[in-house]
Amino acid sequence: MAKKILAVDDSASMRQMVLFTLQGAGYEVVQACDGVEALELARQSAVDLVLTDVHMPRMDGITLVRELRALLNYKLVPMLILTTESSQEKKMDGKRAGATGWIVKPFNPPQLLATVARVI
Amino acid sequence: MTIDPEMAEIVKVFFQESREGLDAMESGLLGLGATADTENINTIFRAAHSIKGGSATFGFAEVAAFTHGVETLLDEMRNGVRPVTSEAVQTLLQACDCLREMIAATEAEQPLDQGRIAALNSDILHILGERPNETPTPAAGAPRSAAGAPQRAAAAGPAAGVPPAAAEQSTGWRIVFEPVAELLRLRNEPTRMFAELERLGTIAARADVSRLPALDALDPESCYLSWTLEVSGQIPRPKLDEIFDWVDSHCRLEFTPTGRSAAAPAAAVQAAPQALAPSAAPSPEAKVASPANAERGPAAANVPVQKAAAESGSIRVATEKVDGIINLVGELLITQSMLSGFADGIDPDDLDRLRQGLSQLARNTRELQESVMQIRMLPISFAFNRFPRIVHDLSRKLGKKVELKLTGEGTELDKTVLEKISDPLVHLVRNALDHGLEIPDRRLATGKQETGTLELAAFHEGGNIIIEVRDDGAGLNKVKILQKARERGLVAADQELTDEQIDNLIFMPGFSTADQISDVSGRGVGMDVVRRNINDLGGHVQISSKEGLGSTIRIRLPLTLAILDGQLVRVGKEIYIISLLAIVETIQVPRERVNKLVGRTEVFRLREEYLPVVKLCDQFGVEPDSRSAEDGLLVVVEADGKRAGVLVDDLLAQQQVVIKSLESNFKSVSGIAGATILGDGTVALIIDVPGLIRSVINSGGAISAHAA
Repeated sequence: MAKKILAVDDSASMRQMVLFTLQGAGYEVVQACDGVEALELARQSAVDLVLTDVHMPRMDGITLVRELRALLNYKLVPMLILTTESSQEKKMDGKRAGATGWIVKPFNPPQLLATVARVI
Repeated sequence: MTIDPEMAEIVKVFFQESREGLDAMESGLLGLGATADTENINTIFRAAHSIKGGSATFGFAEVAAFTHGVETLLDEMRNGVRPVTSEAVQTLLQACDCLREMIAATEAEQPLDQGRIAALNSDILHILGERPNETPTPAAGAPRSAAGAPQRAAAAGPAAGVPPAAAEQSTGWRIVFEPVAELLRLRNEPTRMFAELERLGTIAARADVSRLPALDALDPESCYLSWTLEVSGQIPRPKLDEIFDWVDSHCRLEFTPTGRSAAAPAAAVQAAPQALAPSAAPSPEAKVASPANAERGPAAANVPVQKAAAESGSIRVATEKVDGIINLVGELLITQSMLSGFADGIDPDDLDRLRQGLSQLARNTRELQESVMQIRMLPISFAFNRFPRIVHDLSRKLGKKVELKLTGEGTELDKTVLEKISDPLVHLVRNALDHGLEIPDRRLATGKQETGTLELAAFHEGGNIIIEVRDDGAGLNKVKILQKARERGLVAADQELTDEQIDNLIFMPGFSTADQISDVSGRGVGMDVVRRNINDLGGHVQISSKEGLGSTIRIRLPLTLAILDGQLVRVGKEIYIISLLAIVETIQVPRERVNKLVGRTEVFRLREEYLPVVKLCDQFGVEPDSRSAEDGLLVVVEADGKRAGVLVDDLLAQQQVVIKSLESNFKSVSGIAGATILGDGTVALIIDVPGLIRSVINSGGAISAHAA
């Protein structure tokens, strides 16, 4: 069965690019456009990996990771945050919230796939 | 990368998204003055952040580089370390404009305006260079740990300035990896990292189990092991950093080159386990109570921005497709009115059912028509959204204080009408700001609020849309206008005009005068052009003003250009259509009110006004029932503020007609705006009222004002 990835980003073009890349590699992808929507989706079904942007309206990616880690069935799910190279602080914030790691923006499809392959 | 058609689609989405993001940034920036609320500035920041991320991802490095400065500035404002000054806002607004052009140029694959980009970029750097007072600068950029630096360099690419330690290349490494107990909780699996290491070379791992507690004390989610790994192979140091990047705050790491004698034995780099320690780099986020508002420039426009309208869920439909549907519906309407014609000559028994069916068809058709027309309808917010920015910039430039109020932004009108009304509206708003509203001192001196109000309102009235531009400025100076109009021969010396007539003189061609021209509104486009543009849309504009209290310009527009509410008129055997919007009234003229002027033009007196008579029979060469004004009916029409009487033999029905272009099906004919097909299949021509009036006046006919 294909691994299921929850991709969260408020930018439609980034979502599409992530979707396009991951689906092309045989992953199943569910999408959300902010933390609130992602949390709702995550509560309804289990996924194998969460991939989230940091800056989003309503609920940011760091908060999302923290909220997800508090859910019993997300305790052991790898979570990656998409961050910009400049925000070292965000990486640490992400770690503190419970993120497994990060993907530094900008990234190209092969980089994304390689990073995803590191955790699932 | 953009060669892939799927990727090209995504890039298109990015461009569209960026434009929307820039709109959001702009309206957010304009709203900053009123209240520097966190949500607003976060929204602005996010928009910039997304543009930067997207442009970098899709390979538009210049856009990304430029946005980086903007983003940094916004980030500092967001964190309260940078005050929100009106200068900074102004620069950011210009940056929005610049980005918009960069995006457009990138999309069109045109060269970028490097000069402008560089200039703005240096403006932004200049603002960033001014250190905010309370910031403990040194801490901000301090590297987190020795391991942090190479890791960042690795992420930036191999070409980036790589510190000496990272440049090291060894034929083997000894890695000491002592994770903290919490490592596993974040799903960082040591086995996966080892697997990655294994891809770089052969590894021998030795686990240290000394920390393992007794089974009953063991927490299965904790990590008690540590490892010493011997890796052999040509492995550059950054590769190792990359693998341990995610965990280096959760472990003690030691890399020692083993393959050859290391240049510096001190190369073993230690990353102190900062596990879950409080924020590594003390952030300069000393929350500065933003002095932003107090500091706003005096000219700053106070613009409340309503964003609800902009977020309407929308579909994108190709205009041609929609036009096709509209055309089809037009045909359907024709069929329906043709069927209606049969109703009178059919077996009486069927008549009721036929009528019933027909009325249903009529209703269905109308509903279908309405819903299809809706596809072309867009909220007027698309035109209104430009104004907060325009008003902001202009009021700054003019040194005036203005509050812009927008109402009825959700009011919908046809896309084409919307596009064409946009420029005239801009002109009217510029005019109101430049000539209407007074400077603050003047306003205070006349007992008014220092801040003037400019209101743009849109609403539906009947089958039309009304747009009003209201200001509470000085109003029009009627004495001066009348004087100027007399000087220019637009009004006869002895002619009495009502206040309303005087006000509307400003729409006369030739009224825009030299002393009116300023940098702001005198751009060679006069109010007469505004009126002509509005008339060309089948609309109507008028102004009313009270001296000292302000002016209101009222624009009446048809909801659509595809369908017209028409009055069918007969001349001889021909049927013509006149737009109901253009008709003032229809009268029978007694003989004594008709005068023959020198030449062939007849004029008639309507109350206190003399109007030229337009004879359609002569204009279009048809044989009429009667040739003199008193035997027929005169349809009084108005366009461009001028009136004329159109002589016809009879008035027929009023009905909605679908406008077919004569130009694309035949050729353009002067005096004719288009054609339609009537219920019986015959073609009826639609009269171009403004054109007709113009031609009468140009051919030496009387201008109403001169007729006396």
